[in-house]
Amino acid sequence: MSAAPKIDAGLYDCRDTFARTMESLAEADERIVVVVNDSVGSSKLGGFKKRWPERTINVGIAEQNMVGVGAGLANGGKIPFVSCASCFLTGRALEQVKADVAYSNTNVKLCGQSPGIAYGELGPTHHSIEDLAWLRPLTNLLTIVPSDPEEMEAALRFAAAYEGPVFVRVSRYPVPAVPHTRVGVEPGKAEVLRAGDDVAILAHGVMLSRALAAADRLAAEGVSARVVNMAWMNPLDVGAVIDAAGTGAVVTVEEASVRGGLGGAVAETLALNRPVPMEMVGFPGFVPTGSVDFLFEHFGLTAAGISAAALKAISRKRQ
Amino acid sequence: MSLTLAPAPVSGADRIDLVRAKALGIRRCAFTMVHDAQLGHPGGDFSAADVLASLYFGVMRYDPAEPRHPDRDRFIMSKGHCTGAFYSVLALAGYFPEAQLKTYMQPLSKLNGHPNRNYLPGIETNTGPLGHGLPVAVGIAIAGKLSGKDYRTFVLTGDGELQEGSNWEAAMAAGHHRLNRLTVIVDRNRLQQGDRTESTNGLDPLDDKWRAFGFHVEMIDGHDHAALLDVLGADPAGRDKPLCVIANTIKGKGVSFMEDNVSWHHGVPNADQFAQAMKELI
Repeated sequence: MSAAPKIDAGLYDCRDTFARTMESLAEADERIVVVVNDSVGSSKLGGFKKRWPERTINVGIAEQNMVGVGAGLANGGKIPFVSCASCFLTGRALEQVKADVAYSNTNVKLCGQSPGIAYGELGPTHHSIEDLAWLRPLTNLLTIVPSDPEEMEAALRFAAAYEGPVFVRVSRYPVPAVPHTRVGVEPGKAEVLRAGDDVAILAHGVMLSRALAAADRLAAEGVSARVVNMAWMNPLDVGAVIDAAGTGAVVTVEEASVRGGLGGAVAETLALNRPVPMEMVGFPGFVPTGSVDFLFEHFGLTAAGISAAALKAISRKRQ
Repeated sequence: MSLTLAPAPVSGADRIDLVRAKALGIRRCAFTMVHDAQLGHPGGDFSAADVLASLYFGVMRYDPAEPRHPDRDRFIMSKGHCTGAFYSVLALAGYFPEAQLKTYMQPLSKLNGHPNRNYLPGIETNTGPLGHGLPVAVGIAIAGKLSGKDYRTFVLTGDGELQEGSNWEAAMAAGHHRLNRLTVIVDRNRLQQGDRTESTNGLDPLDDKWRAFGFHVEMIDGHDHAALLDVLGADPAGRDKPLCVIANTIKGKGVSFMEDNVSWHHGVPNADQFAQAMKELI
């Protein structure tokens, strides 16, 4: 694993890893192509385009066509990585994602760039807090939400090698390296990052390092919090969720709507298998104007907010 | 391995006779399926039958025994609701037994109301929602160009379907990339589900639209087998742009009481209508 460039005091932009890994994959396999919607810059694919202009298929601002073209490229033997802001990829082109990629079961890799509230002040038209809920019923579309450069690279390498549709959520928010306990990513396998018995915090993506920070705060208060990396939304590690319920209280944390995403998936699993008190940290719906940091703070997607949710879940199990 | 036309190629008048016979076979099979299932879209099956017969029995290179051969010509049925005709031509071409057509839309059948590439050989992509075929065809054609392959890509759209904006996104890309091995065929029967296209959201001048998007355009009688074979079979190496064939057709073509009648978009026949139609389809 090559080192990603640090952007600020030990923080990384996973798009840099995305760009570097795509070039590495393309060097090794000429079937790899990228498909973009005038998003070469925002996907950080300028270097890729310079090296392989003919393998950079820019359809312009036309997301429905972009996803259909991806499916067609797969039909013609290519391995297309369709890279576009997640709000437009999963919103504007949702029917193409459903019919041309998932239902047709084509070898297309969808890369949802700058998901969640990454576009901050630009507002809910450009936010993608719905993507996980929209994609989750597409059961054969493997869906991963990487948390840091290491996991991003592993997810992309997995996607390239896997024969079938994959969605990778590519965040731009600066994140620290997460101390992973595993190498690579195995579909449907959660990763227990920290043991704990009082409460389990299930998180992924940008929120994973914040869940670890919340566990530190809780430990200082004598609360033992398990932290589980639920990078795979689909397939979901049902066993890990049921195990988490063994602590008696569960908190989900995601940079997404609390309806239908990780929180929804975990709630379904708990209700069907092992109901325990649960709290969901995420966004309740369209968010007001504000920077990313303001919105994270405002809605409690912080170490303090997560630990407060954990204490609330614990208090409910003692009722 | 290079692919040849399957079944064995024939030429001249024999070829036109073969296509005519297959088109009739498509109509008879499709209407039987629709009658038995009491479901389907027979009007559009009939308007497309001659285009399908021409492609599969006079133009395309494919091998039903190797349906995903990398060098095959691709056909995409973008008007995916017309599975009566599409499944029939696939069966007649040898992709699966004709007897399987009897299962059309029956519980757990591989012959779903709209085509699924994972259920049956010969289907390139799952269609049904309109405006999906052309973008996929554009991707296939770009892949062929990147790989230096000489396969051709054909896509058949309805005319009402062209009201979907995704078609024009794809058309713009096809023109931009000068995808000369891509052919769009418009089944121009001038009727959509509820009314005439021109009374709903008019498409004319349709040829000018395609030209403006960078296509070479041919307007032909979509039931004239000689014209279809001539235009669809022309060597694309002679063009530097994609081809759009506007096939002027008649919805319900071949059965007197169905022709140009919007109620047969998804109308289904009773026993008397079925018997009358089969008498005419000879």
